[in-house]
Amino acid sequence: MVLSDAPATRHTLSASELGLGYGDRQIVEDLTVDIPTGKVTVIIGANGCGKSTLLRGLARLLTPTHGAVLLDGRSISSIPSKQVAKVMGLLPQAPIAPEGITVADLVGRGRYPHQGWFRQWAPDDDRAVAEALTVTSTLELADRPIEEMSGGQRQRVWIAMALAQETDLLLLDEPTTYLDLSHQLEVLDLLTDLNRRRGTTVVIVMHDLNLACRYADHLIAMRDGRISAEGTPNEVITAEAMMEVFGLRSTIITDPVSKTPTIIPIGRHHCADDSDDETAVLSGEWSGETSS
Amino acid sequence: MSVTELPRLRAAPVEPVIRQRASSRTLGLLGCALAVAVLCFLNLAIGARVTPLGAVWDAIFHYDQADTDHLVIRELRLPRTILGVLVGAALGMAGAVMQGVTRNPLADPGILGVNAGASLLVVIGISAFGVTSILGYVWFAFAGAAVASVVVYSVAALGREGATPVKLALAGAALSAAFGAVTSAMLLLDQATFDQFRFWAVGSLSGRDMSIVVQIAPFLIAGCLLALCLGRVLNTLSLGEDVARGLGANVVLSRGVSAGAVVLLCGAATAACGPIGFVGLTIPHVARMIAGPDYRWVLPYSMVLAPILLLAADIIGRVVARPGELQVAIVTAFLGAPVFIALVRRKKLAEL
Amino acid sequence: MTAVLTGRRPTRGAVRVEADTAGVEVVRRVRHRLRRRTVVVPLALLMFLLVMFCLALTVGDFPVSVQQVWLSLTGRGTRATDFIVHELRLPRAVIALAVGACFGLSGAIFQSMMRNPLASPDIIGITSGASAAAVIAILMLGLSGFAISAFAFAGALITALAIYLLAWKQGVAGYRLVLVGIGIAAMLGAIIDYLLTRAQIWDAQVALLWLTGSLNGASAAELRPLLLLMVIVVPLALWAGGALGGLQLGDDAATSIGVRVERSRLLLILIGVALASIATAAAGPVGFVAFVSGPIARRLTHGTGIALVPAALVGAAVVITADFVGQHLLPVQLPVGILTAAVGAPFLLYLLVRSNRIGHGG
Repeated sequence: MVLSDAPATRHTLSASELGLGYGDRQIVEDLTVDIPTGKVTVIIGANGCGKSTLLRGLARLLTPTHGAVLLDGRSISSIPSKQVAKVMGLLPQAPIAPEGITVADLVGRGRYPHQGWFRQWAPDDDRAVAEALTVTSTLELADRPIEEMSGGQRQRVWIAMALAQETDLLLLDEPTTYLDLSHQLEVLDLLTDLNRRRGTTVVIVMHDLNLACRYADHLIAMRDGRISAEGTPNEVITAEAMMEVFGLRSTIITDPVSKTPTIIPIGRHHCADDSDDETAVLSGEWSGETSS
Repeated sequence: MSVTELPRLRAAPVEPVIRQRASSRTLGLLGCALAVAVLCFLNLAIGARVTPLGAVWDAIFHYDQADTDHLVIRELRLPRTILGVLVGAALGMAGAVMQGVTRNPLADPGILGVNAGASLLVVIGISAFGVTSILGYVWFAFAGAAVASVVVYSVAALGREGATPVKLALAGAALSAAFGAVTSAMLLLDQATFDQFRFWAVGSLSGRDMSIVVQIAPFLIAGCLLALCLGRVLNTLSLGEDVARGLGANVVLSRGVSAGAVVLLCGAATAACGPIGFVGLTIPHVARMIAGPDYRWVLPYSMVLAPILLLAADIIGRVVARPGELQVAIVTAFLGAPVFIALVRRKKLAEL
Repeated sequence: MTAVLTGRRPTRGAVRVEADTAGVEVVRRVRHRLRRRTVVVPLALLMFLLVMFCLALTVGDFPVSVQQVWLSLTGRGTRATDFIVHELRLPRAVIALAVGACFGLSGAIFQSMMRNPLASPDIIGITSGASAAAVIAILMLGLSGFAISAFAFAGALITALAIYLLAWKQGVAGYRLVLVGIGIAAMLGAIIDYLLTRAQIWDAQVALLWLTGSLNGASAAELRPLLLLMVIVVPLALWAGGALGGLQLGDDAATSIGVRVERSRLLLILIGVALASIATAAAGPVGFVAFVSGPIARRLTHGTGIALVPAALVGAAVVITADFVGQHLLPVQLPVGILTAAVGAPFLLYLLVRSNRIGHGG
């Protein structure tokens, strides 16, 4: 099955001096970012750096404490939620699956923004659901209840629901967790397809740095609620950047398949010259300072 | 090179934090226990008349049978106080265990059918067997509570997955409603029975003398001890069946023993004093607000917080309606609900 | 399949069309299988309701044949049958259906919204407000008939408002509303208990009858305001219920598909409260209907998650059947509130026990 070649209208998403927090904890402070339209953007960062919070803020799930998120130049909170949903879809991090719901039904819920009192269920909805199921390889699970799905299958079903929304902007919070490597590649390749064929702007929060480098047109590295570095993977990924953003000792090589940067992490064990590194650790070099 | 020479990464800062948390919770627990003790004394001192605290001390430790004050304290107030503490502790813990087993913050011990079964058997006792004494009610109520819970648990345990939280909650609510319907039918058809029953139906600490206390106390105490040991079990169950099994817990046994504890506690409590609602449902929430979701703390806190409420309610009930009294179940709701609502408004709710 | 996806050149022609339609066919087939249940079950329930309605109108101390009922309804009956049908049986039957539908709908809404099968208007205190007001009206003010219903309705609304105000703190999040409701319900229950123990036994028994839920007071006078309110609130419920599909998925997923979470929740709470208040004012807190209709409806329609219309129909079925049984099939006449539990509980238990498929039992 092939995705329809409908060209996308270009919608722009950006944040201006955005502040986000929960209660009295401020997570993101004064963040300004322009999500490049029609490209695949990946946000990386250590645990707790605020990348999921930023994504949720961009998706209007969180009300900013100050600043604004701008969709097509307008403040996103001034646009009716259903309008936004036709343009921007989100894969949230911990969705709840209602008891007993079938896969097809759940994916069908993604058609909500296109439906209303006067437009209930149309053949177009069937097509969108079918497409979403096919591209996520979940079509054969269509009539099974969600409880019977494995973690990976469930993840793909939720992605299908976001896809069924047929939006120009797609935000995904850790879409590759629970997936084995081949399915991870499948999902990321699928997102690339969407981007290349339809011009969908894709924003992904991911943990796997090497896949992020491979698939990202634009990389945003975050640390402590601020953007530490932004640019193409080649620009952003350096050993110094890895130390600053992750506190990770590493060496960067070029991926022989995709020619994008690949991070080779250096831990305390399994280094080719093991003994040297152990002495380095014991003598206190491991405290986090740059040592390369 | 030995392991000890390796740098201890980040282990150090956490320990004092854990120790500090535990000690502040222990302090809180001791504080509440002290409050219970104080309320006990007040309960013994206050009634239709206020007895000076010195007389209370004497009544307990230097009992003089001829002194009317001592008589009042020993015969009338002491049983109430003891029951207040035991029944309160039982209801509080039964509620906590029930919410832990069903993983549902809306569960109260009544959903196992305890109150409904007790009421039904008491009504049968009154109408068919002509029971009129409180002591008589006690054993009918206890029997009813036990039978009802067994039925509820067995029904919920049918089917492949056993007594899952959802099935327990639904089966319990269904059977409680069914028993309640039969009870209501009997009450509507027999006015004399209703006339007697309506007074038992409002939980009260009055009219219960030491003989009742002595008979019921062993069950209450046994239940409390059993429940206190369930802290770890409930923590494991709260992680969900899969994780619990992965950790090596026997889920079926854990659920069964927990349900048994609830029946013992709530059954005995209802048997002794009649149905007292609200305590089992809300005290665990307060305990969680103070101590967090760890059941090893929620259970002891429930055990001391509930008697505080019950004893305070008893004292107020006797002061406000002198020379009569307002039943403890009524005052508990009026006293506890506003406090509970205020707490709900102030603190961030821990889900379970 | 995957090979087709990764290629940058779109494949055209026969293969593409085949793959397209095959997928759509699967989806359509699944949806139709689902639809069958969502259509067949309500239809079956409607048939059942029709039968019970006829029984309710024809059976009684003075048996009236179906033909006579029809004549009466179309204005051609005798004075006797007109009286029996129009004054006695029709109001009672219609109110039974209406009350059942309102309770069923209200319960299903609360349970879906709170994602908790124990969440029903009984537990969160609204029916307690109605009950307390009614008991005050009966025992302290000596009122009867329609006045009690009016009091009960007012009581429910005031209680709901109080609960909402007490729970509001920049919005009503999750369990705060329910917990405040539980607190309020406890206080109102205490008031009821107090009044029941202080009243004369005869008055207390009248109050008890109201508290169990009874259609004895059903009259034509009550019918009109009840139906009027329902005509406004029930369509509103079905409209607002559209958001339930999204709310079920969690706040984040709901927002992302365009549901306005806070506003929808508020609206649904208001509607749920209104439905429960209407029903309680009309017939008292008929036990168990609100609680059991949703679970039964969901298990009958399998896996659609929300079943508002079936829940309303199940509620109506339970109440009208219970009333019929209580009036005609027992050696003594019993009010409907007693029999709803007797009718509903075994059925729910049967469904609980029978469902062995994962996801339906627990």
